[in-house]
Amino acid sequence: MPRDNSIKSVLVIGSGPIVIGQACEFDYSGTQACRVLRAEGIRVILVNSNPATIMTDPEFADATYIEPITPEFIERIIAKERPDAVLATLGGQTALNAAIGLFQAGTLDKYNVKLIGADVAAIERGENRELFRAIVEKIGGESARSIICHTIDEVMSAAAQLSYPVVIRPSFTMGGLGSGIAFDEPTLRQIAGAGLLHSPTSEVLIEESIIGWKEYELEVMRDRADNVVIVCSIENIDPMGVHTGDSITVAPALTLTDVEFQKLRNLSIDIIREVGVDTGGCNIQFAVDPNSGRIIVIEMNPRVSRSSALASKATGFPIAKIATKLAIGYTLDEIKNDITQVTPASFEPTLDYIVVKAPRFAFEKFQDADPRLTTTMKSVGEAMAIGRSFPEALMKALRSLERKEATFTFPKKFPDTQKSSLLESMKVPTEYRLQQVQLAMWCGASIEEIYASTKIDRWFLSQIELINREASAIAELGGLTAEVLQSAKSLGFSDLQIARLRGVSEEDVRKARHHENIRPVYKTVDTCAAEFEAFTPYHYSSYEEETEVRPRTKPAVIILGSGPNRIGQGIEFDYSCVHASFVLREADYETIMINCNPETVSTDYDTSDRLYFEPLTLEDVLEVVHAETLAGPVLGVITQLGGQTPLGLAAGLKAAGVTILGTSPEAINLAEERGAFGQVLADQGLTAPEFGMAATELEAQTIAQRIGYPVLVRPSFVLGGRGMEIVYDNEALASFIARATDITPDHPVLVDRFLDSAIELDVDALFDGEELFLGGIMEHIEEAGIHSGDSACVLPAMTISAEQRSAIREATLKIAQGVGVRGLINIQFAMADKVLYVLEANPRASRTVPFVSKATGVPLAKAAARISLGATIAQLRLESLLPQSGDAVAKGISVKEAVLPWNRFRRVDGRGVDAVLGPEMRSTGEVMGIADNFGEAYAKSQISSFGPLPKTGTVFISLADKDKPAGIEPARKLAELGFTLLATDGTARVLEEDGVKVVKVRKNSEGTGPLGEKTIVEMLNAGTVQLVINTPVGRGTRADGWAIRTASVQRSIPIITTTAGFSAAVEGIKALRTGELPVQSIQEWLK
Amino acid sequence: MSQAFFVLDDGRIFEGKSWAATGKTFGEAVFQTGMTGYQETLTDPSYHKQVVVMTAPHIGNTGVNTFDNESSKYWVAGFVVRNPSTITSNWRSERDLESELISQGVVGIQGVDTRAITRHLRDRGAMKVGIFSGENLTREEMVIEVRKQSAMNGAYLSADVSTPTSYVVPAQGEKKFTVVAIDLGIKGATPRAMSERGIEVHVMPYNVTLEQILSVKPDGVFLSNGPGDPATMTETIDLVREVLLEEIPIFGICFGHQILGRALGFETYKLQFGHRGINQPVLDKRSGKVEITAHNHGFALKAPTDSGFTTVFGPGQVTHICLNDGVVEGIELLERGAFSVQYHPEAAAGPHDASYLFDQFVEIMTRYPRTVATQ
Repeated sequence: MPRDNSIKSVLVIGSGPIVIGQACEFDYSGTQACRVLRAEGIRVILVNSNPATIMTDPEFADATYIEPITPEFIERIIAKERPDAVLATLGGQTALNAAIGLFQAGTLDKYNVKLIGADVAAIERGENRELFRAIVEKIGGESARSIICHTIDEVMSAAAQLSYPVVIRPSFTMGGLGSGIAFDEPTLRQIAGAGLLHSPTSEVLIEESIIGWKEYELEVMRDRADNVVIVCSIENIDPMGVHTGDSITVAPALTLTDVEFQKLRNLSIDIIREVGVDTGGCNIQFAVDPNSGRIIVIEMNPRVSRSSALASKATGFPIAKIATKLAIGYTLDEIKNDITQVTPASFEPTLDYIVVKAPRFAFEKFQDADPRLTTTMKSVGEAMAIGRSFPEALMKALRSLERKEATFTFPKKFPDTQKSSLLESMKVPTEYRLQQVQLAMWCGASIEEIYASTKIDRWFLSQIELINREASAIAELGGLTAEVLQSAKSLGFSDLQIARLRGVSEEDVRKARHHENIRPVYKTVDTCAAEFEAFTPYHYSSYEEETEVRPRTKPAVIILGSGPNRIGQGIEFDYSCVHASFVLREADYETIMINCNPETVSTDYDTSDRLYFEPLTLEDVLEVVHAETLAGPVLGVITQLGGQTPLGLAAGLKAAGVTILGTSPEAINLAEERGAFGQVLADQGLTAPEFGMAATELEAQTIAQRIGYPVLVRPSFVLGGRGMEIVYDNEALASFIARATDITPDHPVLVDRFLDSAIELDVDALFDGEELFLGGIMEHIEEAGIHSGDSACVLPAMTISAEQRSAIREATLKIAQGVGVRGLINIQFAMADKVLYVLEANPRASRTVPFVSKATGVPLAKAAARISLGATIAQLRLESLLPQSGDAVAKGISVKEAVLPWNRFRRVDGRGVDAVLGPEMRSTGEVMGIADNFGEAYAKSQISSFGPLPKTGTVFISLADKDKPAGIEPARKLAELGFTLLATDGTARVLEEDGVKVVKVRKNSEGTGPLGEKTIVEMLNAGTVQLVINTPVGRGTRADGWAIRTASVQRSIPIITTTAGFSAAVEGIKALRTGELPVQSIQEWLK
Repeated sequence: MSQAFFVLDDGRIFEGKSWAATGKTFGEAVFQTGMTGYQETLTDPSYHKQVVVMTAPHIGNTGVNTFDNESSKYWVAGFVVRNPSTITSNWRSERDLESELISQGVVGIQGVDTRAITRHLRDRGAMKVGIFSGENLTREEMVIEVRKQSAMNGAYLSADVSTPTSYVVPAQGEKKFTVVAIDLGIKGATPRAMSERGIEVHVMPYNVTLEQILSVKPDGVFLSNGPGDPATMTETIDLVREVLLEEIPIFGICFGHQILGRALGFETYKLQFGHRGINQPVLDKRSGKVEITAHNHGFALKAPTDSGFTTVFGPGQVTHICLNDGVVEGIELLERGAFSVQYHPEAAAGPHDASYLFDQFVEIMTRYPRTVATQ
C-alpha cells in the first residue's frame, strides 16, 4: 500500500526534557521521524521544549516550536500551522499524554487533524490496565491476578485478597513512576497513596507478586496491511522485581527454547492485533515462571519506547524510522532494509552477537535516596555493548559505565566472611548487585547459592563463572601465555583488568598483547547474521579471525562521544558530537563515531560514515584508531565535544601518538589544573576568588580561615559539581574532607571563597588562535552557589551593563589565548560588587552549547569542529556558518530551566528526598522558554519543566534568614496580584513588618493546633496550596523545610527554592495573567 | 580440549576446538541463522549430510528434551558453534546438548569464527566440508579428504531418512479426513499439525506405490520435506503425477514442493547458499500479506512469478515469493486441489505465521472431495 497522500503536513510531538524514564532515546526516535517525513516531502511541524535535542535544530523541521508540550500550547500551534496529522507515538509518554489531551479537549476534531501512528482507542486499550487485562484474557493469555483500585480503602482490601507482597502500579505513568512493591501495610499505604496522586486517572493496580520470575520484552511492529514482525527479544538478567530500565538486559533472549519463544511471539502478535495498534511499534513485557514456564503478560507500551531505541541499536533495525513510514501509510514490505539495501523491512532481524545493556545510576547525587532497585526506574542513563559472547558483551558494557565499581574485580585476598555477607546483601537488588554476584562466586559461592539469593538465571551465572575461571588462569604464575591472553580478551577482559591480575601496568599488558599481535577485529551489525551483504559500517570489536573494516581513501576524523547519560553529562554533549559529524561530512571528511550510549542520535548508524559501538576507554579507543589507520588516512581524534569522558582520554591518546584535533591536552590541563589556571589568570590580570588546595583537614581549615567562611569545597577534576559543597564552619568542613577523600584520591580538595550574593554568568565562545567569537553570555537566575546545570539562566544576560559585557568578552579572549583554545571554551564568571571573578574555564563544548545555538541560531558545535580541523573564524564567516560580522545575537529572550528528578527518589523509610538545589548538580535535563520578554519566557520554561504556575490561589512562603530581605518585594507583588500568602512564624513576621498581608500557619514540627488548625504539611497534602517558596539554609537543613519540600514534590506542587527564582516566578505569573502566551517557531525567531 | 579443524572444499581452514563427538565427518557446509531451535535443527532430517554452522553465538543454553525432537535421531553430519554452553538452564531440559551429540555420534567443533565462515559461504556458495577433531592429519591431507567427498548436487537421500514402514498418527478429536504423508524426511511437527485438525495421518515410506496410497482411501496426499537434490526424485515425481491424475488433493512442503513443481513440469536449481533460518519474509501474492517463515532449502523451483502458468493438470500460479531474493516459495493449481510451499508451515523451529496452510489443506480436501476414483 503506498503512502497516504492526503497527509501533506504532520505535527510531531517530542518528549520534552530528559527525565528518568524518558531520556534522549526520544530525540533519536523523533529525529528519525522528522528526517523520514521531510524526505517524503511532508511539511514537518515540531513541538519540543527541550533545546538540547537534535530534532529541535531548525533544519530538521519546517517549523520548530520550542514550547511547552501541553494541550493548550499545542492547540495554539495547531491553530497556527493547521497540520493534516499529529504523530505522537515517537515522543514517549509525554507526547502520548499530550495527544490524548488534545483528543479529549476536542482539538483534533475542531481542526480536523488526524492522529497517526496509533488512535486514542488503541492507546487506551494498551494503557488502561482493565481493558488490557481483558484483551490478554481474550487472546488466551494470562495476567497476574490483580485488582484495580481508586481509593486507599480499595487498595487495603485488595492486598488482603492477594496476600503480601503485592505490586502497586499506577495507571498512565511512565518509567514505572509511583510503582513499587509492598511487603506490609504501612509501605503499601505510602506507595499506593502517592501512586493514586501520580496517576492522571487516580487509578492504581494492586497485583500478585511475581518477583523472581524471568522477565522478557518483545519489540513488535505492525503495518496497516496487518503484517507483524518481532524486531527483537530482550531478556532481563535481573529477574522480575527490578524495573526493566534498571535491569541489566541482554538481546536476544538466551534461555528459552524455540517452543517457549514462539509462545511469547504468538502472544505478542495476538496482543498487538487485538489492541489495534494499526501502524508502528510497541513493546510487550512478559514474566516466565522459571520452574513451570507459566507465562504472564505484564504490560505493553503502544508506542516507541526506551526499549525500542535499544532494540534498534541492538539489531540495526531502525524502529522509529520505520514506525514513521508505517504511520504515513507504507507497509513493511514496501520499505527497504537500509543495511542490506536489497531485502525488505518485513523480516525479523537475527543476531550473531550478544548485546548487553547496563544502567547507569546517580545515587551518589542523592545521598538520602533509597538505593534499592524496585519497579520504579531510578537509573539516569545506560550503556550498551556488543560482543560475540555474553561474557565479552557484559564486560564491555560494565566498563562502558565508566565507574570503577562497575567492572569485575578479582581480589587476591578477601575475608572469610565475604561470601556469606555478599550472599545476604545481594538478596536486595541494588546498583552493584551483579558485581556482588561475581565477587561472591570469586569467593567460592556456588551457582545454586547465588540463585537462591537472586533468582538470576543459572545460565548467566555460569557465564560469570567462566569469567572468574579465566581470571584465575590469568593470575596463575607464568600464566600469561599468548593463548591465555587471547582467550581472556575474547571473554572481554580489559588490559587494565589483566594488568591488575598480573600486578603489572596496563601499558605493559598492551605492549605484550600487541607484541603477540592480539588485537580485536571489527564485526558488523547487519540485521541478518551475515546472510546478506551489509552496506552500513556499524561495527563492534571482538577477538576473532576476520575483520570487516573496509579500506577507504578519504581522510577520516574520529569523534569520541560522551558515553552513558549521567547527571552532568547528557544529551547536550551528544548534540555537539552529532553536529561535528554532520558538518565534517559536509566538508568532505569521513567521520567515525565511537560511543556506547544506545539512546543517542550519535549511535544511529547513519549519523556518521562509520560507527563503532565501543566503550570509551583508552584501550578501546586506541584499538579503533589502529584499525582505522590501517583502513586509510586518519587526521586525528576530536575529544572536546563529548564532555569529560573524551576529554579525560585526550592525554592518554596523545601519549600513544594519536593526534588530538582542536584544543591540545596541554591546554586542557592548563584550564583544569587549578595551580596552572591560576597562573594563566594572574598573567592576564584576571581575578579569581581566593582559593587553596588541601590534602589534609588541617590544611583545608587553615585555608578556610584565611579566606573566610563560607567556602566552596570540592575535589579537583570533576564534572557536574560532583562532591561539591558550600560549608559554613569548621565542623562541616571536617565532615566534607572525611567523605571526600575517596572520590578521587589522586587529587587534592579545592577550597574556594564562596561569593555569597554574586550574579553568575556563563559564557560559550569559539577561539581559533586569533579571533574570538562570543556565542553568548548567560545570566543565572539562581544566585551563586547553585550549580550552573541546575540553575535557570537567561540569554541575553539581563542585569549587566554594556561595559560589563565588554569586560567579560575581554576576559574570555584573554583566557582563550592564555589557555590555548582551538574550538569551544566555556567560562563561568561571577559578578560581585562590580568585580568580575573567573570561577572556572572548560576548554570544551559545554552543556549550554545547544541552548545558545537555539537562542542565537549560530551552530557553535559545528563551527568548533571545523576550527579544530584548522578552519578560521574568518573563513567560517565567509562560508556563512558564522555571522558575517560580530558575535552571536540572541533573538528574543530565552530562559533555560533545569528539570530535577526529586519525585523519582524516596528515602529508605519511604519518604521523599530533599528537593534542595546546591553546588552539586542534580538535574537530569532542561527546557527552554522563548518569548519577547523575560516574564513570558520564564513562565514558559516553568510550565515546561514543572507544570503551570498558578494564576490565582494560595502561596506558601518560607524564607531562610539570609533570604528574607530579598523575598519581601516578590511577596508583596503576589499579594497585590490577589494571592493569599501563607507563612510560618519567622517569615510571616518579616512580611507583616513590611506591610505584606500574610496568614500565619503552623509548622510541621508544631503539630496540628488545639482547634484542629492544620500544619503547612497537612495543607499541602490536602491540596489547598498552589505554589511553595521555600529557601533552605545550606545542606542538612531543618526538618521542617525538608517536610515541606518533599510534600510539595510528591504532590507535584510547583516549588521554588531560591529568592531569585521567586522574583522570576512572579514575573512569570504576571505574564500568565495578562493573557495567552503566544507561540512562535524558532525559524521565525531566527529570521 | 584438543584442536579441531573446519576444512572447506576451496581450501579455507578454520581452527577451533573439539566439541561433541570427536573424529571426522563430511557433508555440505550450510549456515543456519535461527536464534532459537537448535534441537529442532539437529533432529530435522532435511539436514541429513549437512554440516550446520549456527550463526547464533551461544548454543546449548537450554539443553535438550524429549518433546522438541523433530525425529528420532540427530541428522546433521556435523555441528559448528561459536560458544557451547557450559551448563543447561531450562525447566524442560533433560540432558545437556554435548552429551546428547556425543551419544548420537555427531562430530562438532567450537570456538571458530562462525561469522567469517558464514560470510565465506554466502560469497562462495554452499560447499563440501569436513570437520577433523582429534585427527592427526596435515592441512593438505584434510583438504584432499574433503575434496574426495561427493557433492549435494545429484544426491539421492530419501532412502536414508524415510520411515521403513508405514505408521498412523491418529486424528485428535473427531476424525474428519485421512491423509497419506509421503515421508521424504518428515518432521514430527507436521503430522502433529494435521492431526490437530482432525486428520488421520498415514505416514508412508518414500517408495510407496499408488496402490498402497489408494488402499487407505485418502482425502489428500502430503509430500514432506527432506534432504537431497529434487532432480534425482524421478520415481516420486512420477507417483505425484499419478496422484494428480487421481485428482487427490495434494499439499507439499519444502522438498515436497520441489517435487510437485517438477511433477508439473518445472525445473529446480541449486541456490548459492540456500535459505536456512526462521526469519524469512514470504509474500502471499494473492493477499499481499507477508508471513515470517522457517526455511531450510538449498534448491528452489524455477517458475514464472509475474503471470500464471499452464500445466497438463490445468492452470496454476506462483502464490508465494521470498521478499529477500524473489525465489519461488509457493505454487498452486487453480482448478485442482494441489498446492505447495517451499517453507515450513509446521515451523519447529520458527514462527507459526504459516500454520494457516494446514487449514488451507483441510479446505481443499473439503472442496475437492474424493468420491469417485477410490469407491
